[in-house]
Amino acid sequence: MSTEQAVLDGLEIDNPVMPYLRKDRIPHIWCPGCGIGTTVNCFARALGESGLDLDKVAVVSGIGCTGRVAGYMNLDSFHTTHGRPIPFATGLKLANPELKVVVYSGDGDLFAIGGNHFFHAARRNMDLMVVCINNHTYGMTGGQLAPTTPMGATQTTMPYGNFEQPFNLPFIADACGAVYVARWTVYHVKQITRAMKEGLSKRGFAFIEIISPCPTLYSRRNRLGDGVDMVKYYKEKSVIKNGANTKEVDLSFQGEITVGKFVDRERTTWLDGMNDHFSKVFGSKFKKYGVHHVED
Amino acid sequence: MKADPSGVLVGTHFIDGDHAACEGALAAGCRFVAGYPITPSTEVVERFAARIPLVGGVFIQLEDEIASSIAIQGAVWGGKKVMTVTSGPGLSLMMEHIGLAAITECPCVFVDVQRGGPSTGLPTLPAQADMMQVKWGSHGDYEPIALSPNSPQECFDLMIKAFNLAEMYRVPVFFMMDEVVGHMTERVVIPPADQIEVVERRWTAKKPAEYRPYETNGNMVPDMVKAGDGYRIHITGLTHDERGYPSMTPATQDKLVRRLLNKIRLNADKLLDVREEHTEDADVTVISFGITSRVATAAVDDARAQGLKVGHARLVITWPFPAARIAALAERTKVFLVPELNMGQMVQEVERAVAGRAKVVSIPHAGGTVHEPETILAKIMEAAR
Ligand SMILES: Cc1ncc(C[n+]2csc(CCOP(=O)(O)OP(=O)(O)O)c2C)c(N)n1
Ligand code: SF4
Ligand SMILES: [Mg+2]
Repeated sequence: MSTEQAVLDGLEIDNPVMPYLRKDRIPHIWCPGCGIGTTVNCFARALGESGLDLDKVAVVSGIGCTGRVAGYMNLDSFHTTHGRPIPFATGLKLANPELKVVVYSGDGDLFAIGGNHFFHAARRNMDLMVVCINNHTYGMTGGQLAPTTPMGATQTTMPYGNFEQPFNLPFIADACGAVYVARWTVYHVKQITRAMKEGLSKRGFAFIEIISPCPTLYSRRNRLGDGVDMVKYYKEKSVIKNGANTKEVDLSFQGEITVGKFVDRERTTWLDGMNDHFSKVFGSKFKKYGVHHVED
Repeated sequence: MKADPSGVLVGTHFIDGDHAACEGALAAGCRFVAGYPITPSTEVVERFAARIPLVGGVFIQLEDEIASSIAIQGAVWGGKKVMTVTSGPGLSLMMEHIGLAAITECPCVFVDVQRGGPSTGLPTLPAQADMMQVKWGSHGDYEPIALSPNSPQECFDLMIKAFNLAEMYRVPVFFMMDEVVGHMTERVVIPPADQIEVVERRWTAKKPAEYRPYETNGNMVPDMVKAGDGYRIHITGLTHDERGYPSMTPATQDKLVRRLLNKIRLNADKLLDVREEHTEDADVTVISFGITSRVATAAVDDARAQGLKVGHARLVITWPFPAARIAALAERTKVFLVPELNMGQMVQEVERAVAGRAKVVSIPHAGGTVHEPETILAKIMEAAR
């Protein structure tokens, strides 16, 4: 028996998240110590605990190491283009509103090339759960500057240390109108799972940022040790502040990490808004879109 | 199948090409449009936004054309027939997603109401200068379909054909209007739904356990499913195997790309729509498409009245290029004249098809207005001499 087969068989027996994954695509491509797999584990558990019919859950990714998540989930899954999973997910959700649509992608994908889409989907309160794996870098392309790279950290395209101000992602999500905003690190597996469960049950634009190690590129280049060292750092420097003012949750190079659930509020979703509005404008001539009509 | 009557605005209308194109899409069953305003195409989405609430579907104005061109693809996997609408600058932004539609075999219609370029160019004036861009603009090898209407009536009729072809071949289909066709107002007759033939998406008959998203059943075009039906599909822009799973081998690449090209190339005879007049005895043949064909018709009629043996071949389906038909015409015709509202794009295809068997003369125009019929007539006279 090949070692690969032995690994697969072991997974089948022992691993409770295996049913949520495409077994025929394992082993995955992620490096040892990478945090992305940990978050997938949490996602699988959250799906299991959510009670959702998994035939009605779809996951959409962009391009990047995190972008590969869609390909491993045993769901309807879409691996799209760099930066564009949110507009793809918008079309998918609006075409078939009975789906729960999750966007799972990297910090570069969602906030550099795809930033504009994030702002507008949050503003519209599009009914999506967006998970951002923030490893402070462009993993897939070899460790270049990301819009989340802390000041002072070195990247291949910031070889003398980053002098650009990074984004504070929860603040952006909050300001743009997201109805749920949380940040955790991969050390906080229970909290991630809970946040994802909450995000899955939330109507509207839910955003979860997960700080995650990229030992191969980010940590090594910055001499921060391996994945375990990074998780130790997360453990030591994370401070839980639920309801924190998102303006104050900036990250700095190896500094304190404010984590928690920052925003949890209600706001009309785009589709509900459309249906309510057209019902007023057109009266009974308008049939609510995406709602099952019982003929009588 | 017959059209769903809820989208068919039966009757005789006096509307412009943009509005007629929208009605064509609604009649074809389009129920999801994402777009971003741009002259001279905006009226298409404005009309769709006004009409869709009571037809039943969604219009969303997105933040840009990049978003629009991929939101429609998400909507396809959600089960809808879709379209986006733009003009040159927006089309340029959409290029990456044309490749995505090609490799994922996502049936969708891109309407391009052409205006003068490059860049912002002539926002309110016509051109036909995006013809090569839709063929070659996205990276990699792919074969799109493109249609060129020359009147508001055709904006309606051919739009239905565009949607049908998208479903039959699962490729991005380009609807190549121009500012004049988009903004000219003429009589448009919309027949009752039971007289409109509509091609429905070919859903798989297989159960989830047996279904493979890119398995073909002998006809090169795989059957579809949508998200939410229990098939748990994976769709990727990476090179993929029949399961839809990424596979980074030259062998998979070769198999996939060949099929993507061959499903169009080997069906070129079925994708032939050249409307000919007087080509049987023509020594000189004008080849035109879109709005230019109407100017060319005037010139050809004039020349015929003067006793010249001149014919006219109008390309309605411009991509795939009807190379075999043009080659056949080259058996008799001595000179081909190719007027187009660009500096010489489709003429290159004509030259390739004719392959030296006849003379090919370009009649270029940088755009901003249409050709003068006299310009084309003068070229006909010169060629007939
Ligand atoms: C249009 C386009 N530009 C650039 C790339 C190259 N590229 C692939 S992934 C990536 C960055 C990924 O970074 P991130 O989104 O943070 O994901 P990670 O790999 O870190 O998980 C880039 C620039 C691309 N695929 N497409
Ligand atoms: S390069 Fe970094 S982000 Fe990508 S798999 Fe490896 S550790 Fe993870
Ligand atoms: Mg990253």
